[in-house]
Amino acid sequence: MKNLVFAAIVFSACAAAQTQPASIAIRGVKIVTVSGPVIANGAVVLRDGLIEAVGENVQPPAGAEIIDGSGLTVYPGLIDALSTWGIPQPGGRGGRGGTAPAEPRANGPEDRPRTTSWIKAAEEIQANDRRIESARNAGFTTAVVFPTQGIFGGQGSVVNLAGAKSEDMVLVPSVGQYIAMNAGRGFGGGFPSSLMGVIAYIRQIYLDADHYRQVKAAYDRDPRGMKRLEYDRALEGVIESKRILLPAQREAEMDRMARFAAELRQPAILYGMREGYRAAELLKRANLPVLVSLRWPEKPRDADPDEVDTMRTLENREKSPSTPEVLKQAGVQFAFYSDGLDAPRDLQRAVKKAIENGLSREDAVRALTLSPAEIYGIADRLGSVEKGKIANLVVTRGEIFDDSTRVEMVFIDGVKHTPSPEPAGRGGAATGNRAENRGDQR
Amino acid sequence: MKTFLAFLLALAPLGAEVTVIKNATIMTESGKGTIKGSVLVRDGKIAEVGESVMIPPGATVIDASGQWVIPGIIDCHSHIAVDGNVNEGSVSVSSMVNIKDVINPDDIAIYRALAGGVTTANILHGSANSIGGQTIVLKMRWGKDAEGLIFEGATPGIKFALGENPKRAGNPQPAGRGPAGPLRYPATRMGVEDTIREAFNEAKQYKAEWDAYDAAVKAGQHPIPPRKDLKLEPLKEVLEGKRFVHAHCYRADEILMLIRIADDYGFKIKTFQHVLEGYKVADEIAAHGAGASTFSDWWGYKMEAIDAIPYNAALMAKKGIVVSLNSDDAELMRRLNTEAAKAMKYGGISREDALAMVTINPAKQLAIDNRVGSIEPGKDADLVIYDQDPLSNFSKVQKVLIDGNKYFDRDQEVSGRPRKEAEKQKLIEMERQQRIPTGGRRGQ
Repeated sequence: MKNLVFAAIVFSACAAAQTQPASIAIRGVKIVTVSGPVIANGAVVLRDGLIEAVGENVQPPAGAEIIDGSGLTVYPGLIDALSTWGIPQPGGRGGRGGTAPAEPRANGPEDRPRTTSWIKAAEEIQANDRRIESARNAGFTTAVVFPTQGIFGGQGSVVNLAGAKSEDMVLVPSVGQYIAMNAGRGFGGGFPSSLMGVIAYIRQIYLDADHYRQVKAAYDRDPRGMKRLEYDRALEGVIESKRILLPAQREAEMDRMARFAAELRQPAILYGMREGYRAAELLKRANLPVLVSLRWPEKPRDADPDEVDTMRTLENREKSPSTPEVLKQAGVQFAFYSDGLDAPRDLQRAVKKAIENGLSREDAVRALTLSPAEIYGIADRLGSVEKGKIANLVVTRGEIFDDSTRVEMVFIDGVKHTPSPEPAGRGGAATGNRAENRGDQR
Repeated sequence: MKTFLAFLLALAPLGAEVTVIKNATIMTESGKGTIKGSVLVRDGKIAEVGESVMIPPGATVIDASGQWVIPGIIDCHSHIAVDGNVNEGSVSVSSMVNIKDVINPDDIAIYRALAGGVTTANILHGSANSIGGQTIVLKMRWGKDAEGLIFEGATPGIKFALGENPKRAGNPQPAGRGPAGPLRYPATRMGVEDTIREAFNEAKQYKAEWDAYDAAVKAGQHPIPPRKDLKLEPLKEVLEGKRFVHAHCYRADEILMLIRIADDYGFKIKTFQHVLEGYKVADEIAAHGAGASTFSDWWGYKMEAIDAIPYNAALMAKKGIVVSLNSDDAELMRRLNTEAAKAMKYGGISREDALAMVTINPAKQLAIDNRVGSIEPGKDADLVIYDQDPLSNFSKVQKVLIDGNKYFDRDQEVSGRPRKEAEKQKLIEMERQQRIPTGGRRGQ
């Protein structure tokens, strides 16, 4: 019931936008296309949710709603390359990486522990997650959201950050499998209870998937006289996934996961990158795209004042934000991801920190627009201000990621959204409650 | 072009890198015994050992006057450099897990082991399970990545464990003293035996399936291969003699039990680890051909260690068993030279034979004695220089070479400390500056 009321509110909020004219033109505006040169003074025309025209000499069509863009800049809508926005999080904000809901104790890989590889984020999306609005206010129009519980969390979906129901939001239902080295409770818990156990499990899954495919193919050729294959949803989910996302914060983990991806013969993306600044050569050699967490390591606020951190920890806090520039110099393909941040101010500050540590603003924008689109193979529809692409745009007054810059409007599927002056609280604070409500309804 | 030349120049000395350690007392642990003289190292290998060695022009010369040189120490039982839990303690047969997957090259214990003269270590899975995980031999090449630490070509192993540890999870434990959650089979020594036998029954069947498949393929057929099972694969390798069994054990009865299993299934135990009651069944261990890797003088810390005696190593050696002394511990690992010396006190072992228990003997147990363990021409230049008699507890490691490259240098370590400390303080200070509140943040 609560959900219904909430949906109604969201719907009415969008209603105003939906009665707009067939096309919108923003003219006299600076356009950062990302895919091409910056247009100092031009126009963008949006129609039917797509970008109809971009350029210096573009004339608004008759009947279009005209937006005066003087003093404004248009960017492609920002994309969060690995997100949980819209996915209910157990335990609220702190739920990241938490243990999956109780399941029977696993006695080996055959029990498929902590595996929900068949779940698609698209089916889990809750349009009323408050973090969606919060992220939108920060200029994000799209997120690649994943179910992140357990070891094989599930399949990520590309979603637009606006819509009354999840069906409106999904652009691509399945772009990859989220894998975490989630070792569980240790002694007394089920298998696996160690990092090496998790790795062995993942390896077994891919061996099983190969075998499953072979047996299935043979059965499909001629089922007569052959025992039918037992349906295995865990393997189906893995086989369905176009690529895998593997965690790698430390240099040693990047090395380990790059080798692992090669062994598994799966297209892979590494995420984390806390020590990316020291691993440029390794990552270049591995030739894998990487996702850099925007949660830069910081000294915990409640740190014991007598505790002296290791040199490596200190170095990481000092140099982690230089990772993007180091990767850029090395020619490693990278994108940013929110990693639990959702308040506009936090996101803006985090990107700014990378810029302060050497990354150009253009590259920062790219890491949140065209690069994630390329990494997930959706650059034909998203990631830049180009004719024919989906009309996801963010319009700012001032240069994006500056402290004083304001997000004036956000277009998603060509629909205009105007951020409320102050974001509604600190994003997902209430999300946990909502997730719990949902649990009650099941 | 310039950089290319510089690159070539940088490479050139590597092509024929020669180091000579001269004027040293050298415990070769080979037929040569202990001599005064020099060791010539070329391209990472020992080229010459002798009382007078020609020093080639351009060689790096280390004058070790008054100092001692020994082969790099080998620890046959260690758990360092592992990321995450060293036990996959959820199941009684965890042969699917592999230490190789979780090597942690950042573990400072590697450097500390180096500083204690260790150049090679057998990294084992823990002892929580009757059949534990796969093991790997590493060289302590501090600074290299995980792959760079691996002892190339060393036969991989698997950990077995008998007695109290693997059955602990089958018995209720005092709060906080053991696994929480459901109890696990086995709970007795009988159960441990049964667990191992059952696993090998499965492995034999698995091997038969694969053998049949391989035969069919050879006969030109195209069958679907059997499912690859990562739990049974390493046990199949044990049956095929391709993987060594390193078995954690204490009591004489369980040692005999495992020998019977091995005989029944047709495989060999490569080493008994800890093997504190080995002296009681030394003849049987020797007859099986297994090595024994034990503690110098740890005993009485649990019931199954109650009959341990410090004479164990010497007694087993006298029965013809290849005996090594191990650490099982990152801290003790740094003092294996004095662990060896204890064998002189307990059992009257000679100096050379005592040092052999941490050099050539563990090398034999790991079947890497063609590469390391003694100072002989053709072997890897894994060398440790001590300031005095390495069997004295006053001795300190001065330099450690692995493959002819210096990985530890006491002088550099000590003189480098102020610089490292200053670097650290600088970072701490910078962070403190940044954290000075810029306004709205209270209550830091």
